[in-house]
Amino acid sequence: MAVVDISNLCIEFPTRRGVLSAVENLSLSIEAGEILGVVGESGAGKSLTGNAIVGLLEPPGHVTAGTIFLNGRDITHLRESEMRKIRGAQIGVIFQDPLTSLDPLYTIGRQLTQTILTHQDMTRAEAKKRAIDLLIEVGIPAPEKRFDAYPHEFSGGMRQRVVIALALCCEPCLIIADEPTTALDVSVQAQIITLLKRLAREKGVATMLVTHDMGVIAEAADRVAVIYSGRLAEIGTVRSIIDNPQHPYTKGLMDSIPQIGQNLKSLPNIVGSMPRLDDRPSGCAFNPRCSKSKDICRRELPNMIAAGDTGQSAACWIYAEGDEYA
Amino acid sequence: MVNFILNRILQSAIVMFVVALISFFLFNFVGDPISNMVGQETTVHDMNALRERLGLNDSVIVQFGRFILDALNGNFGISYRLQRPVDELISERMPATLELVFVSAVIAMVLGVAGGLFTGLKRDHWLSKIILTSSLVGVSLPTFIIGILLIYIFAVKFNWLPSFGRGEVVDLKGGWSTGLLTVSGWKAIILPSITLALYQTTLILRIIRSEMLEVMRTDFIKFARARGLKSRDINYGHALKNTLIPVITVAGLQIGSLIAFSIITETVFQWPGMGSLFIQAVQFADVPVMSAYLVLVAFFFVIINLIVDLLYFVVDPRLRSEIKN
Repeated sequence: MAVVDISNLCIEFPTRRGVLSAVENLSLSIEAGEILGVVGESGAGKSLTGNAIVGLLEPPGHVTAGTIFLNGRDITHLRESEMRKIRGAQIGVIFQDPLTSLDPLYTIGRQLTQTILTHQDMTRAEAKKRAIDLLIEVGIPAPEKRFDAYPHEFSGGMRQRVVIALALCCEPCLIIADEPTTALDVSVQAQIITLLKRLAREKGVATMLVTHDMGVIAEAADRVAVIYSGRLAEIGTVRSIIDNPQHPYTKGLMDSIPQIGQNLKSLPNIVGSMPRLDDRPSGCAFNPRCSKSKDICRRELPNMIAAGDTGQSAACWIYAEGDEYA
Repeated sequence: MVNFILNRILQSAIVMFVVALISFFLFNFVGDPISNMVGQETTVHDMNALRERLGLNDSVIVQFGRFILDALNGNFGISYRLQRPVDELISERMPATLELVFVSAVIAMVLGVAGGLFTGLKRDHWLSKIILTSSLVGVSLPTFIIGILLIYIFAVKFNWLPSFGRGEVVDLKGGWSTGLLTVSGWKAIILPSITLALYQTTLILRIIRSEMLEVMRTDFIKFARARGLKSRDINYGHALKNTLIPVITVAGLQIGSLIAFSIITETVFQWPGMGSLFIQAVQFADVPVMSAYLVLVAFFFVIINLIVDLLYFVVDPRLRSEIKN
């Protein structure tokens, strides 16, 4: 059984000028110990999906359809008081910017013990011991000394480790890491990725790694989900997506990554930009930018179907059976 | 740390000196005190003798030097109008003003913080909208109008509360007279303290509200939520504490200006405090009283600012480590 199983998730934002559907019919699942990379452009709906899982969508955004199961339990529309007990306990969240994720006025020790004591029945001394164990686990040197330090006394990479320790406080089965390395130096990025991978391997934590950095995905992810304009475009193992992309959007995405040793006059890019949510074309949202688009692409929305010979599936009419795409 | 405190104290001393200088020189040009002090039959000779006795014939620099030296010993000279030592006059009047300011500050802090938290956390609640709209009244209406309105309603119409004075006072040891130990004293302080507190309340309320709105949007509050912390811990622990720096700054300045603003309130309510003493002194060009009053108000401001600076260190660890290095 998957740790988290999302099916047909829809997220909408009612606005004055009508309802914007930010995420449409998104389905994905993550197994224990697996890292699923979620990639897409800014505004594609990656972070919204993560927020929806922990029930922290910014109003007026809300889930209008679909289900989210966590270890077989439907958590789609839990009451806030119930959801609060799951956040931090069963689901850990890591945010993008470690410099702003920690309360500057509290020692990291206090932030750790506060989180532990919120969810677990422990004495203060036990919580402190657990907090120090966590700091050791995420690789913070001299944790007893650092326990009473304030966030500003740590470097960016160390702070992200503290953030990860905070996410791990209660041994969650799922970690949602929203751009965890974007704000960090490349050398520190690698350390954080190694840490996330180790947690997945050793603790069996299911990880949803939201990023737009294909390098991070290639390093860390087992499987990749590509999101375009709120819809799943392609999903498959990391090797199949990188080496053998099937959806025209994924292909364009991979082509636009420069390779070392390649001598290019200009970097290939996908012409145009992702449509605004209130301006999405009918049919496949990618059709105006797609070189292979046909009538059907402009009329009807494609379903996810098996594509290519490396086992992934893609939402593209090219792979539809029969002669709709002709 | 000690260096920092000494540094601030030195700065305060410089500020005090400048204030003393300005107030002293300014008041040397507000009129001739002698003409207010003497009757119509006084001869020119007597007037000159009085001028000589009060030291008004000395050069301004000498007068100022004498003023500073005396002031350091707590001696602010003799009031021209009342012919009594100024420090005595002021210490008689100070308890009334400080009690008024104290009660007003408590009202302003309690209502301001509570209202600011409520309107900041429950932005769309109907009560928030009412509080915010009515807080505009507090900001925009001048103090004396509010005072007069309150007198009209509670003293004239309903006759519940007195319209002037301090009520019965009890003399404590050390020359402090308090109105806070008698029923009539409490009744008398209600209207003036509300009048004085209203502006500060709305100011603190609005600052806390806007700071809360700001802090609630920060990443560390989102992260605190994502860790499933209780909303009580998030709102009052993490969010409120992070609003404190600007609030302390403003609240400190406002307590200082409560003392300064109390002139108007004291006049409206005939409150026997330092403010009304000052107003009378202005009318008589009573330079020693005016100078002493201004120096004293500046002193309160400086002390409060010093406390505010020290409170920053209690609240913000980033400043503490800056000082250490």
